[in-house]
Amino acid sequence: MNINLTLLAQALTFAIFIWFTAKFVWPPLMRAVDERQQKIAEGLAAAEAGMKDFAEAKARAEDVVREARGQAAQIVDQAQRRANEIVNQAKGIAVTEGERLLAQAKQQIEIEQARAREELRKEAAALVAAGVAKVLEREIDASKHSDLIDKLTAELRT
Amino acid sequence: MAAEGELTPAGYLNHHLNYLQASTGEGAFWTLHLDTLITSVLLGIIGTGFIWWVARGATSGVPNRRQAFVELCVDFIDDQVKSIFHADRRPLVAPLALTVFVWVLLMNTMDIVPIDWLTTVFLEGLLGAPAWRPVPTNDVNTTFGLAITVWLLMIFMFMKVKGTGGFLRELVTHPFGIKPIWVAPVLVVANLLMNIVEFVSRPVSHSLRLFGNLYAGEIIFLLIGMLAASSIAGTLGAALLGAGWAIFHILIIVLQAYIFMMLTVVYLALAYEGSH
Repeated sequence: MNINLTLLAQALTFAIFIWFTAKFVWPPLMRAVDERQQKIAEGLAAAEAGMKDFAEAKARAEDVVREARGQAAQIVDQAQRRANEIVNQAKGIAVTEGERLLAQAKQQIEIEQARAREELRKEAAALVAAGVAKVLEREIDASKHSDLIDKLTAELRT
Repeated sequence: MAAEGELTPAGYLNHHLNYLQASTGEGAFWTLHLDTLITSVLLGIIGTGFIWWVARGATSGVPNRRQAFVELCVDFIDDQVKSIFHADRRPLVAPLALTVFVWVLLMNTMDIVPIDWLTTVFLEGLLGAPAWRPVPTNDVNTTFGLAITVWLLMIFMFMKVKGTGGFLRELVTHPFGIKPIWVAPVLVVANLLMNIVEFVSRPVSHSLRLFGNLYAGEIIFLLIGMLAASSIAGTLGAALLGAGWAIFHILIIVLQAYIFMMLTVVYLALAYEGSH
């Protein structure tokens, strides 16, 4: 254990190394570490923001889908109602048309009936006149007995 | 061993405790331990240079393994310093701690290198050095040189924070104060004595702790080496013992480097906070 000049030399060497480390080694290393730390922090923040964005977008998408579904249901509803309306309308038209046709038919039948009846009456009057002539076996003077025939015809008219 | 001519245990021990000396003037003080100086400077250049090389190419992006390793070490030291030294540590204290730790660690690690291979075979046998001690922290000049530098920095920091007048006032008013006023002269003397003892004891204990641990470790390696020379069985036993001691010594090497660094930071922190 002998103290000598080596002591001072070592102290000087040490001082030089300290100076070198403080000047050239520590700052760039720490700068890199700090920058990386900041980058990592930024990355984490960005990831978090992204997650939040994603959640928001998801919620929005769900809203849109729900709205669309509601709208679709509404449209289907409306269509159904419209269809019902149209069917009902058609039914109404059909019913009135049917009634109209029925009335028309009835009218025509009445007309036909009246015409047939008239013809029948005429034929019956002729038959009656022929019958009467045969029964009396003599010609009847149509002009003389026309009042009788008319009376008969009137009776048949009912 | 060849230098001694005769193989005796004492000769072997003495041989490995001799420095490669160079005299620069009259008297024992003006001697340089060339082995200590060369080894320590080389190791310092290797350690600092490696970190500098990595720091120069340091990227803030994804680091490669080399940079990640250096950052791990630097971050570890920075964390330690942060927990002790609360002022701005970037201009001086943290780089100082890094330098101390890396350099002392490397110098301590020279203890693991088999001394008879490095010294006796390589440096003395092949390069013709008359003597060589490979572990710079085995030399009290190294540890004391480091401690005295830290000590000077501590005083410098003290004066920077408190001013020279404040520093001198602290010397005579702490730790007992100067009240009551009628015993002030006694207290001033007592304070001064306490402070002198404290200021002197710091670098001494700081340096001798490291020196003592490493010196003892070296001596044990040498004793194991002497056992190896006794017989074949002794050689085998010494190999086992040497391996065991080397493994255990890894712990001491790192621990002592760590303690030396921590004490450095603690002294500077105490100086900064002005309470001792």
